[in-house]
Amino acid sequence: MAQKIKAAIIGPGNIGTDLLVKLRRSPFLEVAYVVGVKESPGIEIAKGFGIPTTIKGIDEMLAVDDIRIVFDATGAGPHLIHAPRLRAAGKIAIDLTPAAIGPYVVPSVNLSEEIFKLDNVNMVTCAGQATSPIVYAINRAADVYYAEVVSSISSRSAGPGTRQNLNEFIETTTKALKVIGGADKSKAIIVLNPAEPPILMRNTILCRVRRPDLATIRTSIDLILADVKTYVPGYRFLVEPILQGDTVTTVIEVEGLGDFLPKHTGNLDIINAAAVAVAEKFAQRIQEGKR
Amino acid sequence: MSKVYITDTSLRDGSHSVSHQYTSADVAKVAAALDDAGVDIIEVNHGDGLGGASLTYGFSLENELDLVQAAARVVKKAKIAVLLVPGIATLDLLEEAQRRGASVVRVATHVTEADVSEEYIKAAKKMGMFVVGFLMMAHMADTAKLVEQALIMESYGADVVYATDSAGALLPDQVGERVAALKAALKIPVGHHAHDNLGCAVANSLAAVKAGATYIDGSLGGMGAGAGNAATEMLVGALKKSGADVAADLFRTMDAAEKVLLPLVAAKGKPLPRHDSNSLIMGYAGVYSSFMLHAKKGAERFGVDVRDVLIELGKRKAVGGQEDWIIQVAYDLAKAAGKPA
Repeated sequence: MAQKIKAAIIGPGNIGTDLLVKLRRSPFLEVAYVVGVKESPGIEIAKGFGIPTTIKGIDEMLAVDDIRIVFDATGAGPHLIHAPRLRAAGKIAIDLTPAAIGPYVVPSVNLSEEIFKLDNVNMVTCAGQATSPIVYAINRAADVYYAEVVSSISSRSAGPGTRQNLNEFIETTTKALKVIGGADKSKAIIVLNPAEPPILMRNTILCRVRRPDLATIRTSIDLILADVKTYVPGYRFLVEPILQGDTVTTVIEVEGLGDFLPKHTGNLDIINAAAVAVAEKFAQRIQEGKR
Repeated sequence: MSKVYITDTSLRDGSHSVSHQYTSADVAKVAAALDDAGVDIIEVNHGDGLGGASLTYGFSLENELDLVQAAARVVKKAKIAVLLVPGIATLDLLEEAQRRGASVVRVATHVTEADVSEEYIKAAKKMGMFVVGFLMMAHMADTAKLVEQALIMESYGADVVYATDSAGALLPDQVGERVAALKAALKIPVGHHAHDNLGCAVANSLAAVKAGATYIDGSLGGMGAGAGNAATEMLVGALKKSGADVAADLFRTMDAAEKVLLPLVAAKGKPLPRHDSNSLIMGYAGVYSSFMLHAKKGAERFGVDVRDVLIELGKRKAVGGQEDWIIQVAYDLAKAAGKPA
């Protein structure tokens, strides 16, 4: 078997630490560095796995030549600084921040060879990962002229990064419904719900379509749903697609794997699982000498 | 007694009562009448705030920013306010609303989630707006939690913080206790926004003022989500009688309701909000008032009892903005009853 490709994680907070746990299962990737700027539980966990760590930023990691893929789970501001330095060091950046220097990537929709030529890709938002595949599926079957999604997440799963950036979160998700989903117009809404026990991530997806044929739409959604399930097993219908006039409505629930973060944080799980799925495809191409 | 500032929300919360079908001409008439009556602040936009026009919350007949502009053009003294719910609105909409004449923004979060307002409050302050922090569903947190969250909004630069009884679920003593605790902890003024689901809107507002609140909301004729808000004309009368210093003129406020808004709503064929078993259940079970018309629609669509839908929403602890859950609740109830979707 080919040797695993080495990866690094910048930002060992909730997202970064969950990524670390997920990547330990990967047949294609191994985490060779965890980069923070302060002591944290994530750094301790990485040390426990025997992985080299630093709390002095990205310099030391950049100097390690055989690290080829770097997950950036910091914030938009830091990623804007990291991106050109990662590029100069010849590393592929998987951007989990709202910086979006590279194009949006949703594994079930747009993983093409064109994407694998790039060295910076963006993972949109958790709501974008959860909803744009369904809009894409409806659009290819029925031509969506307006897509609207309401994502409810548990308050516990929304960290400071999300809470201080809801404006960017909505803007990015709205854009992804067009760029990835293919809708002509779009609207994204996010609601934090503090109920205890915490709710699972829930996405209500409403699409107004030009060709309202429910059977065709259903077949298309089922295909995408199966595809997303390969990297997020807890991705499922709460309300199966229903049609009223030209409006298709479906509700999707996302239960996380419960790796580092609890199962109710399906929103964080789906963006991480998507990031791993994308990185593994990059790693396979590196192994095959295609990069 | 200190001055009490009245914010009339006939053209925002009241917009729920007409399913967001106000025209610019309607808004100009009502805003002019309110301004003439001496009401301090007039809130204008979609019932769910900036960006609320949607399949989930209902589309507006006219662009809400045009409505803001229509109001701003006719007022001489009153300030124009917009509502902004983080998670629904984007900041570019707020900037546009300011260009169209809004000078006050009410940033509304669920009572336990004040920290999602940071980005918006700070941006609005930078833009030079007067910022009201609006802690919705105030009945869902105890007083200590409410105070903690209000202090967070104050720390971001809010000029006023409201205890907002979105579900019309609080009783006068509970409002008094909450407002008194906020008054003791905050440096900035405190406000209250009532819904009449339990028939307590005016009494709650009086209790709030007695406990130190200096900003109070109403809407003409008691328009608004659920059983409606406290009727502005009734608030003006009751507050004046209690000795509070209110700028608005009682007769003119009554006229704004009876001669301007109510005929205009009647002409649309829309009923005024009234107390019925649905609004009573909302107050009793603590359900977000704006859910009412959507719950009726969802119940009809799936052939289930709207009261069951409302009670189930209360059980699932749906918060403001989760109108989308109604579809699922009605669907689940229909499925459980063996009815096809």
